[in-house]
Amino acid sequence: MTLTNETIQLKLTEKFPDQLTDWQEPYGMLTFTAPKDLNLKILQFLFDDAELRFQFLTDLQAVHYPDNKGAELAVVYHLHNLVDNVRIRFKIFVDIEKPDVFSATALYRSANHMERETYDFFGVNFIGHPNLIRILNVDDMDYFPMRKQYPVEDQSRIDKDDEMFGRG
Amino acid sequence: MEHILLPEGSIEKQTTTLNLGPTHPATHGVFQNILELDGERVMKSTSTIGYIHRAFEKIAERRPLYQITPLTDRLNYCSSPINNMGWHITCEKLLGVQTPKRVDYLRVIIMELARISDHLICNSIVGVDSGAFSGFLYVMQYRELIYEIYEEVCGSRLTTTIGRIGGFERNFTPAAFQKLEKFLKEYPKVLKEFENLFTRNRIFMDRTIGCGPISAERALNYGFTGPNLRAAGVDYDVRVHTPYSSYEDFDFTVPVGTTGDCYDRFLVRNEEMWQSLSIIEQAFQKVKEFKGAEAEVFHADVPAYYLPEKKDVYTKMEALIYHFKIVMGEAEMPVGEVYSSVEGGNGELGFYLISDGGRTPYRLHFRRPCFIYYQAFEELVKGGMLSDAVITMSSLNLIAGEMDA
Repeated sequence: MTLTNETIQLKLTEKFPDQLTDWQEPYGMLTFTAPKDLNLKILQFLFDDAELRFQFLTDLQAVHYPDNKGAELAVVYHLHNLVDNVRIRFKIFVDIEKPDVFSATALYRSANHMERETYDFFGVNFIGHPNLIRILNVDDMDYFPMRKQYPVEDQSRIDKDDEMFGRG
Repeated sequence: MEHILLPEGSIEKQTTTLNLGPTHPATHGVFQNILELDGERVMKSTSTIGYIHRAFEKIAERRPLYQITPLTDRLNYCSSPINNMGWHITCEKLLGVQTPKRVDYLRVIIMELARISDHLICNSIVGVDSGAFSGFLYVMQYRELIYEIYEEVCGSRLTTTIGRIGGFERNFTPAAFQKLEKFLKEYPKVLKEFENLFTRNRIFMDRTIGCGPISAERALNYGFTGPNLRAAGVDYDVRVHTPYSSYEDFDFTVPVGTTGDCYDRFLVRNEEMWQSLSIIEQAFQKVKEFKGAEAEVFHADVPAYYLPEKKDVYTKMEALIYHFKIVMGEAEMPVGEVYSSVEGGNGELGFYLISDGGRTPYRLHFRRPCFIYYQAFEELVKGGMLSDAVITMSSLNLIAGEMDA
């Protein structure tokens, strides 16, 4: 029997009634949003459940939505069930003023570098991470460069008209 | 140590600290490993990466889709065509573009050539690090031939920027097919010889068997993918699990190892080269079967994203408009979020693209296999010899460009 998105959704809503929202299937991948305190519980449930078996953390990263007041940062988890070959994605939203998220390093060793990278670029504070320091940027950097308030190009330049090149 | 006079209050250190990198011939790239050595045994290893971080994800937020292709080149530069194709496939998935079969097969040829060149470098470097230099020099000729094929197809060799969204920028020339035929004819003999040099070589076996092993369970937990995961015994291959670019049309096996040590990694890569050769032969056969107008197809019909031919730009109004819009980066993309992955030289190379309907991605994240499995290095080398650490590093195929993005 193959694992379908409906089954996954049913099992998850049974386990976490009324807590998971925004169910979507963009390009066939089941996507949902969870409250930020539940991320570890969901990961553990998806890992342990005999039918779901999402035991491979494919990817973990953050997205910054500056207009989404009070929940500016989204941490996105991509999980993969290698036996049934099903992927899912879920997001948790956190306040940029207090970006505390539980770390998944106890469950997935692969989360170590990925969480460090997410911290490095977005400033998400992973509680329980063994070594939450910058990984790609210099150690004494005092801001989180992937946040949207830091544009790529030098804003003092006046010889370039950004109107013509997408995001102004 | 009694003859050394230590300053008052200092503690005598029992271990030696050794910096392996950032610029060290053994790292084959710019990253640093600080090793604590007890004699010649590695007690602890701490890694520092990020020396060549180039902020690709940030830059990509300001670039139209076609300008991101050159960024992907510079991830795993040993097999940049795979990265390019992976990016095009991601864009095509977002835009809903269906590529013609011939394009898929041509892409498969290029991607498998890239896989061969990637594995070839990795395996011959394992040879160099264990003291066998001649194999490396010998196979370099055939990597050169692969690069010449790239050159015939797209004009460049290392950072290829090969292909476009929807297909290729031009059809393969007869010279490209001739070179491919030459490669298919000569390479098996060379690979066999290379294989004979190493696989049953007593010295090589003693150096690599049991060196830097990892169990399947640990490997999965560490997020291993690609040949390194398969060497540990898990037959996960993106080409089989989530076929892209018509990989389902080809007949090939996924080699797996058992112990996940350097020797198994070497053997898996070696066998994958044979499989890649067979895939190229099959794809070449399929390409030859296209006749008439079908044999001229080299791109899908996506005028809004695929640059029109220059002579059309000068004579046709639509072509001129599309040319202008594409070059100026004014092609808007649909709203959506897409994760797409390909089997890169090192494993699952994923692209997570979020579009808010603008001209550039809202967010683009590269899942770089190297970056993720490098975490296991500290565990792999602990307790081993220093020379084993060097060989483990090269057999993991750590590419600094991919790690740092």
